[in-house]
Amino acid sequence: MAESAGGWRLGGAMRGLFTRPTIDEGTWDDLETALIGADFGPDVTDEILDQLQEQVNRFRTTDPADLKRMLREALEERLAAFDPTLTLSDRPAVVLVVGVNGVGKTTTIGKFAQFLTSRGRSVVVGAADTFRAAAVDQLATWAERAGADVVRPQQQGQDPASVAYQTVDHATRTGTDIAIIDTAGRLQTKSGLMDELAKVRRVVEKLGPIAEVLLVLDGTTGQNGVAQAEAFIEHAGVTGLVVTKLDGSAKGGFVLRVQQQTGIPIKLIGQGEGIGDLTGFTPHVFAASLVP
Amino acid sequence: MATFGTLSDRLTSTFSALRTKGKLSPADVDGTVREIRRALLDADVALPVVKDFTAAVRERALGDEVNKALNPAQQVVQIVNDELVGILGGEQRRLQFAKTPPTVIMLAGLQGAGKTTLAGKLAKWLKADGHTPILVAADLQRPNAVQQLQVVGEQAGVAVYAPEPGNGVGDPVKVAKNAIKHARDKQHDVVIVDTAGRLGVDAELMKQAANIRKAVDPDEVLFVIDAMIGQDAVSTAKAFQEGVDFTGVVLSKLDGDARGGAALSVASITGRPIMFASTGEGLDDFEPFHPDRMASRILDLGDILTLIEQAQKSFDEEDAKRTAEKFATDSFTLEDFLAQMQQLKSMGSLKGMLGMLPGARGMKDQLENFDEGELTRTEAIIQSMTPKERQLPKLLNGSRRLRIARGSGTTVTEVNALVNRFEQAAKMMKTMAKGGMPQMPGMGPMPGMGGGGGAATARKAAAKKKGKGKSRSGNPAKRAAEEAARAQGLGSGAGAGASGSSFGLGGGAPAGDKQPTAEELEALQKFLGR
Repeated sequence: MAESAGGWRLGGAMRGLFTRPTIDEGTWDDLETALIGADFGPDVTDEILDQLQEQVNRFRTTDPADLKRMLREALEERLAAFDPTLTLSDRPAVVLVVGVNGVGKTTTIGKFAQFLTSRGRSVVVGAADTFRAAAVDQLATWAERAGADVVRPQQQGQDPASVAYQTVDHATRTGTDIAIIDTAGRLQTKSGLMDELAKVRRVVEKLGPIAEVLLVLDGTTGQNGVAQAEAFIEHAGVTGLVVTKLDGSAKGGFVLRVQQQTGIPIKLIGQGEGIGDLTGFTPHVFAASLVP
Repeated sequence: MATFGTLSDRLTSTFSALRTKGKLSPADVDGTVREIRRALLDADVALPVVKDFTAAVRERALGDEVNKALNPAQQVVQIVNDELVGILGGEQRRLQFAKTPPTVIMLAGLQGAGKTTLAGKLAKWLKADGHTPILVAADLQRPNAVQQLQVVGEQAGVAVYAPEPGNGVGDPVKVAKNAIKHARDKQHDVVIVDTAGRLGVDAELMKQAANIRKAVDPDEVLFVIDAMIGQDAVSTAKAFQEGVDFTGVVLSKLDGDARGGAALSVASITGRPIMFASTGEGLDDFEPFHPDRMASRILDLGDILTLIEQAQKSFDEEDAKRTAEKFATDSFTLEDFLAQMQQLKSMGSLKGMLGMLPGARGMKDQLENFDEGELTRTEAIIQSMTPKERQLPKLLNGSRRLRIARGSGTTVTEVNALVNRFEQAAKMMKTMAKGGMPQMPGMGPMPGMGGGGGAATARKAAAKKKGKGKSRSGNPAKRAAEEAARAQGLGSGAGAGASGSSFGLGGGAPAGDKQPTAEELEALQKFLGR
C-alpha cells in the first residue's frame, strides 16, 4: 500500500540527487537536505554524511549510483544493529502497548491481534485505556474485526492496572495464547501518569513475566521521539518499538536515532488504517523503501 | 529529558563565548549561526525554514545594529528571538465570527493530532464565552470516533449532532450539511465540525475534506497539528493548505517536552497564524497561542510565563500568607511542611517546572539526578507520624522514629534527615520572614539563581551545605537533603515572597540577562512579591 501511494521514501530530493552525472558539492547538500527532511536529525545525518564521504574518498568513486548503494547499505547496517524478532513464547504471552496520545496504540493492537489470529493464535485484548472517551469501544470494535476476545473495565474510570490484571487472568484461565493490553496515551512529561504505567507493569508481573512491552511511535514525530522512548523505557521497560503512520509522507527517520540511542529494536511497522496494514520490521525492506 | 540536549548546551556556550567579545567578526557570527541552525533542526523546524531563517539572522547580525550595540552577543540573541516571534505571527489573531449565525468552524488534521479532544475544548471555551456551540460528528471513519465526540460533548456540556453511527457508515458531507440546518433550527450560534483524520497523501480523503468545506462554507478552518511532529510538518501543512485551505492553526500536545519547531515551519510555510495551543488532556487545557513564549521554547530559553501561570494556578495567596505568618511566629509545623509539599506536587512534574526556567540547561546534571520519588517518601514519613508528633517534632525519640521508619517503609536515617531538614528550614524561614537575609545553606541550588554559571554556583553551594549542617548523616541522606532543600527553595519562594522580602529578585534578576523582557520580569516580580 505504501509503495502504491508513492510515499515513504526519501522523496524528490533523493531522486534528483542520483541522476546527477557526478558526485559534487551539490550532491552532498542535497543528501543532507534529504536526510534532515526524513527526520534523521542533525546528529545521525552528520554521521551518515561523514561515513559516506569517507567511503567515496576511499573508493575514489564519482558515480552517484555508487553513493546511492552506499547510502542504502549504511542505513540498512544501522537499522539491522538489533534483533527485531518478537518473543511471544510464554503462555500466555503478555504484551503491553504504551505510547503518547494519538500515536495509534489502539489501531496497532487491532492490527496486531489480526496478525496473530490469522496465524492461528488465540488472542485476548484488555481495554486498560479507561481514560480517553470511547477508547474501550474503539478497541472492542477492532477486537471484533480481528476475532479476539476483549476484557472491558467493569466500571467507568476503573484502575487500568486492575483491568490489565483481569486480562492476563482471563488469558490464563481460558488458555488463550496471547494477551494484549491497551493503555491510555500519556505524554512522557506527566510523571503521575508514567508512575501509573509502572504500576500496571508491576501488577501484571504478579501473574507472570511480561513478554513484550511495545512502545508505539508516530512516524510523523520529530526528534522528540527520543525523549519519548527514554521516558517510556525508564518507566515501562520497553522491549520493542512500533512505528505507525508510515503510509503518509513522513519517513520516520527519527526511529533510527531512537534505536541507536536506546538500543531498543524496532519490531513492527504500521502503514495504514486497514486491519492488514501491519508488518514485521525488516531492515532490508525498510532501507530499500527509504532509498528505492 | 532530552530537551536539555547537547545542542542547546552548545548554543548556550556559544552565546556565552560571544558575550565576552566587544565586537563580532564574521567568523563569530558564522559559528553562532551554525549552532542556531542545529538547535532549530533539533527542535524539528523544517530545513527550508531553517535556511531562510539563519540567512536572515546572519545578515542582521553582521549589520550595524549589532556592532553599535553595547553587548553584541545579547543583540544577536535578541535578533533571533525577534525573527522567531515575527515568523510565528507577531500578535495573536482571534476567531472570526459570522455576521449571521451560525458561525461554522471546521477542524482538520492528521490522525491522532487531537481533533476530537480539541473540538470539546473549543466548545467548552466558547460556551464559557457566552456562545451556544454544537459539535458535529463528521468523523465517520475511525472506530467509535462518534461515541468519543458524544462523551466529550457531554463533559463540555454542549450539544452534539451525530445522526450517523460512524465506523465507516454514513456520508460525512451530508452530515455536515444537515448540521448547519439543525443548528439554525435549534438556535446554536457556533457549529464545530469534527472531521476524520487524514493523511496529506490520501487524495481521496483530502477531496472529501474539501467537499465538506464546500458544503458548510466555514468561517474558520482550523488545522490541528501535533507539536511533536517532525520535518513532515511541511508536506502535511502544504497538502492541507492545498486540499482544504485552512484559516488558522492549532498546536496540540504542547504540554509535552517537544520544542514544537513544527509551529515555526507551518506558520512560515503557509503564512497562516497559529491561533490556539492545546496543553493537556483536560477540557480546560486550552489557551490562545503566545508567539513570544513559543520562541523562547524553540530556542530552549525557558518559559517563565508559563511557569508563573502554573504556580499561580496552584498556589493560594491566602495559604501563602498564613504560611509566612507561621514562619514568623515560629508555629510552623511538620503538618504545614507536608501541606506545602503537596501543594508543590500539585504543580506537576518538578523536573518539568525547573526545566522551564531560563538557564536551566546549565543545571542539566542536577535535574537528571533529581528524584521526584523523594517528595513521596518525605510525604510518607510525615504521614506515618501522629498528629501530635507533627505538631511537636521534639517528641520524636528513638523508638518513635523507628516506628515511623517502619510505617513509611523508610529507614531511621531518612527520618532523622527529614527532621533535621525541617528544623533547619523552620529556623531559616523564621529569620527570613522577619525580614532578614540569613545565610541560606539550602538556597544555593535555587534554580535560575546563577543564570549561565548557575550550575557551578549551585554545586558549590550544595557542597557547602553538606559540610555545614549535615556532617553526621550518611551518604544517601545527604543527597536527599540536597534535593529536598532544592524543593524547599521553590516552595518557600512563594511563602517568603508573600512577606515582602527581596528574595524574589534572586530568581528573577539573572533571568533578565538571558532572555525575558522587562514585562516578563515585572510579572515575575509581581508574582513573587505580591
